[in-house]
Amino acid sequence: MGIENAFGDSFISTRLNEAINWARKWSLYPMPFGTACCAIEFMATVGSHYDMARFGAEVVRFSPRQSDLLIVAGTVSEKMAPVLKRIYDQMCEPKWVISMGACASSGGFYDNYATVQGIDRIIPVDVYVAGCPPRPEAVLTALIKIQEKIDSKQAPAAQTA
Amino acid sequence: MTVETRDYLDSRMHISIGPSHPATHGTLRFHLDLDGETIVKCVPEIGYLHRAFEKSAEKGTYTQVIPYTDRLNYCSSMMNNVGYCQAVERLMGLQIPERAVYIRVIISELARIMDHLVCVGTNAVDIGALTNFWYFFRAREDIYELIEALCGARLTTTYTRIGGLAWDAPPGWADRLKAFIEKCPKTIEDVEGLLAKNRVFIDRTKGIGAISKEKAVSYGFTGPCLRATGVKYDVRRDRPYLCYDRFQFEIPTHTAGDTYARFLVRMEEMRQSLRILQQAVKDLPGGPVLCDDPAVALPPKSQVYTNIEAIIRQFKLVIEGVKPRKGEVYDCTEAANGELGFLVVSDGTGKPWRVRVRPPCFCFLAAFPEMVEGQMLADLIATLGSINIIAGELDR
Amino acid sequence: MTDTSAFPDLLKARFGEAIESSYVDAACTFVVVRRDTIVPAGRFLRDEHGFDLLADLTCIDWLERVPRFDVVYNLYSIANRTRLFIKAPVPVEDPAIDSMTPVWKSANWFEREVWDMYGLRFTGHPDLRRILMYDEFQGHPLRKDYAINERQPLIPENLPPGDRIPV
Repeated sequence: MGIENAFGDSFISTRLNEAINWARKWSLYPMPFGTACCAIEFMATVGSHYDMARFGAEVVRFSPRQSDLLIVAGTVSEKMAPVLKRIYDQMCEPKWVISMGACASSGGFYDNYATVQGIDRIIPVDVYVAGCPPRPEAVLTALIKIQEKIDSKQAPAAQTA
Repeated sequence: MTVETRDYLDSRMHISIGPSHPATHGTLRFHLDLDGETIVKCVPEIGYLHRAFEKSAEKGTYTQVIPYTDRLNYCSSMMNNVGYCQAVERLMGLQIPERAVYIRVIISELARIMDHLVCVGTNAVDIGALTNFWYFFRAREDIYELIEALCGARLTTTYTRIGGLAWDAPPGWADRLKAFIEKCPKTIEDVEGLLAKNRVFIDRTKGIGAISKEKAVSYGFTGPCLRATGVKYDVRRDRPYLCYDRFQFEIPTHTAGDTYARFLVRMEEMRQSLRILQQAVKDLPGGPVLCDDPAVALPPKSQVYTNIEAIIRQFKLVIEGVKPRKGEVYDCTEAANGELGFLVVSDGTGKPWRVRVRPPCFCFLAAFPEMVEGQMLADLIATLGSINIIAGELDR
Repeated sequence: MTDTSAFPDLLKARFGEAIESSYVDAACTFVVVRRDTIVPAGRFLRDEHGFDLLADLTCIDWLERVPRFDVVYNLYSIANRTRLFIKAPVPVEDPAIDSMTPVWKSANWFEREVWDMYGLRFTGHPDLRRILMYDEFQGHPLRKDYAINERQPLIPENLPPGDRIPV
């Protein structure tokens, strides 16, 4: 029936996926979970000089339900961990996660009673960005990596974890 | 079965703002009781960014605390570096070289401008004026470039050392700074032109989040928030440190104590900081930037590779650290948010026994319920932006 | 900074025995006050000597000393530009001291923090709850006998194999 019958299932569905992925790739809606210093660098990344809009990701949404890219920027404390988990759970599939900076990736040099030693203990992560805090260029690279991942049809970490 | 009977016209609503909310400037949470849109009760909850600064400081050597201080008020890291090193130096009775003193003044004032740029910019964003943020972030990038030239990092600088600075400014840095001083007033003027007489902005900020002089003092206010209530307390003037007593500058005050007054004070402070910068860069002396006390300063790298004494000295300083005498010291600096003090307790070993930081914005948030109760919900956001809560400093 | 050396004698004249000692360290004047006199002493300094700003209130854990804790009050007079430190020793067996909240409002949150971090109770405090840590947290982390990396997660965490942190 309809267009699928005319062209055959496989041909249309793969092209459609690619078209959707192409659209997804250039219209990521980031949700910045900014807690600390990295959030300031994230502001610089979105700001006028580095301008994340060039990569189609300037529509920063503070509601997890409207976004498909979670950028965890900053230290996540034990008190904050349930909040992060909940925000992640509220995001719709497909979703991707960037762990920005040393603290989010591993706890950084905060090896103490208050700090989660890396957000991958709580939620799956797609791209880790090194640095304390990472330079805006590094954040943009992470964004490009997410775009590549979308393009290559790899499943997001959310689906493989 | 019981039927709940409620008077729906008289019901209070309980809402929770944060800990992840675009206008909470870091991670805090407010429990609010609302009557319509009027705030009846506000209970702030903090600690979502508690990173155990004070406990971590007890773990390493005195020098290893410096990177942690970067991340207290991360909008103006340089000032925290200066404040901490100054406290330890005072405990040890160290004199730092003249050039280091001047560069410390310069980086402190640059950091103050940076901090105020973020505070005013994001405050305006929260009220709905996005353009200023782009203007200010352009100026901030200029300062980032200057700071990056000094220490290689944009945000977390770790530039000072006990006894001076990590290294000298690169050649030509003073000229770049001069160019920035020329350029910056234009940005401040632009933003002031957009906001200061803007009817919407004034309506959103005048009379909002006001606090009286007496209450502000009782709550321990310092810095721009205290000066906006009319108290002329500035550590730079009242207990001069570094070489602030050599510079001409005004301490702007206002009497209203509201969000608009805080905005005006911050804008004027940026101008005064530029004035200090101008004088400091004009008088910038030459010479070393680190004191030559072998018990404090690392030897030059060229010597470490060629000279056995220098290797031993380097090794001992890195492994055991600087060893101040036994004692207690408190020293404070005027940070962007107010009096930033460090209480350092030494037991004579290479590790501090206790480092206590006096966080200026902790006091502001303690007074926050009094500032917003009885006002509208949207005013809470405007007030919160204007007291410049930095979670790293608030929760440490 | 204006001279603060007269304050120990002034306090001694007023409170006698309750002023245990005083010393000057790196130009900071410290006065050690018995803990039952801390609120009157604070009020006296505020009302008669203009110490209108309680800039900081914190605690030092000496671990082996008896009494184990020192509560440190950092007072500043904006008009006179003087700074004075008051210390009140508190033993670990009875970790309690009167609350300074009736004198300075800033004491409220500072005392909550000391309770949270050191487990000292402030008698008469209007709302003595944890402030930085969560309610489920056991113990008081800034005490010297609390291990720095003893974490108490609120939600289950996927630990990498061989992780050294007990959960």
